[in-house]
Amino acid sequence: MKVFQVLKPGMLTTVQDTGRYHYLRYGVPISGAMDVFSLVVADVLVGNNRNDACVETTLIGPELQALRRTQIAITGGTASPKINGSSVPMWQTLEICEGDVVSFGRMESGCRSYLSIRGGINTSLVLGSRSTFVRGRFGGIEGRQLKTADTIEGFDAPLLEVEYLTPEELQSQFTGDYKVHVVLGPQAEMFTEKGISTFLSNPYKVTLEADRMGYRLEGPIIEHKKKADIVSDALLPGAVQVPRDGKPIVIMRDAQTTGGYPKIAVTITPDVSLLGQAKPNDTLEFSKITVQQAHEKTREYYKLLNNLGALLMRKS
Amino acid sequence: MKAGSYAPTRYLPFGDSAVLIEFGDAISLELNRKVIALDEAILEAEVQGVEELVPTYRSLLVRYDPLKMTYEQLVFRIKEIEEKAAESTAKVGGRKITVPVVYGGEYGPDLSHVARYHGLIEEQVVKLHSGREYRVYMIGFVAGFPYLGAVPDDIATPRLETPRLKVPAGSVGIAEKQTGIYPCEAPGGWQIIGRTPLELFDMLRQPPALLEPGDIVKFEPVSEEEFKTIRESIPKGVHMSFSEE
Repeated sequence: MKVFQVLKPGMLTTVQDTGRYHYLRYGVPISGAMDVFSLVVADVLVGNNRNDACVETTLIGPELQALRRTQIAITGGTASPKINGSSVPMWQTLEICEGDVVSFGRMESGCRSYLSIRGGINTSLVLGSRSTFVRGRFGGIEGRQLKTADTIEGFDAPLLEVEYLTPEELQSQFTGDYKVHVVLGPQAEMFTEKGISTFLSNPYKVTLEADRMGYRLEGPIIEHKKKADIVSDALLPGAVQVPRDGKPIVIMRDAQTTGGYPKIAVTITPDVSLLGQAKPNDTLEFSKITVQQAHEKTREYYKLLNNLGALLMRKS
Repeated sequence: MKAGSYAPTRYLPFGDSAVLIEFGDAISLELNRKVIALDEAILEAEVQGVEELVPTYRSLLVRYDPLKMTYEQLVFRIKEIEEKAAESTAKVGGRKITVPVVYGGEYGPDLSHVARYHGLIEEQVVKLHSGREYRVYMIGFVAGFPYLGAVPDDIATPRLETPRLKVPAGSVGIAEKQTGIYPCEAPGGWQIIGRTPLELFDMLRQPPALLEPGDIVKFEPVSEEEFKTIRESIPKGVHMSFSEE
């Protein structure tokens, strides 16, 4: 079922769901939404399953023309969305008619917005996911970013009778200064005490080398004890590795699955979503918590995701 | 304790959803055997809450669901499995897979360099490279790329000084004592000595990767004509010689 035609593709617009799990051992990255939280809210606002595929935009959003009447929601980075040129609110269900044009303005805060479509986007499942892995050229629409004249297909679903709003406290704020909770390790002991305290007590700036694979950060040099190399081992999104030059790299969702730099710390799950909204020149401040504290926060986060349906407000 | 091996095994938290189990800090058959043995034992035990396992050279990453278990519960359960796995004499995995390769020429542009580097003729490099069995230590870099070890010292060669922007799919390379196969076109600095017609990774296949950590690989020199014949027959799945050890 054709739902949208792409009039302008935007800077880097892809189809993403919550990720491609269970294939790390074969070298397949997890991919999926950089900001999973916003993707899930977008899905729930249109009555979709929490892992249904959405459109992920990057900084400059696309222009899409509706090919049928449907409902959508736009969440994530504040991108001044418009329908037929008139501003529309984010974080709520919106009904659109055939011929309507959805467009995006300047990304005022954050980096990526999510556009959900009632019923979910229909592309072929690749290894259990619809997420686009551009470097591997698979998933989403032909394994690539959207281009002009593409058609976005959706699943058939009756329109929701009730439309929803996201309460303000659940609408993420993307200030550009992010406090990121990490659990130290697995290889924190390869750094001096001074190195670890440098990492935890200074802001690090996201450089221009920041994409779906990861972010190189700029800031005070983190000191290794001796070696700055390990025998390559597994990586997960949120891991912070520090190569010989002492400048941290945050691993994100399209990164390769193994790496040879020691990992000083790993970001907790809810904060990986937040990191997904970071862009060049934003600052990150890392603070350490224990695994137990991390589990409390992460369980709360999952509880929130699982309860979203009940937390949304009805639009009157 | 052998050099590079940890006793006891180290259990390290990896964020809030994984634990990294390190057996040592070296590339060795002994350590990798331990990794694969625990990987298989955990898979077999079907531990509730364990989401996926990533075996690498000398460590095993266990990704778990923090809603289903605490870190302590997970570590306790895996330590139990580790003890049992260590006691068991069961042989570790290891399918044997033959990988046909055209060596040299346009298929292996660095074969002559590797030969010159070691004062050998090309035929000797081919004989040495295809003359032993290699273990898949891990899959990484790109989907389906196997890190195989170890090549004879006589042909171990440093990477290219300047990596190539494009290495064709199927290329077989050497980097120091490792050898590997590029599943898809990718940038890379390995010394390319040949190419296989096999599909190392096919996302429509289950599992998608031809090789798994713990598998044993034997390279078999073939002619350009054989390469083409095999290439054309691939969709039928011919010429992937699997055999249980």
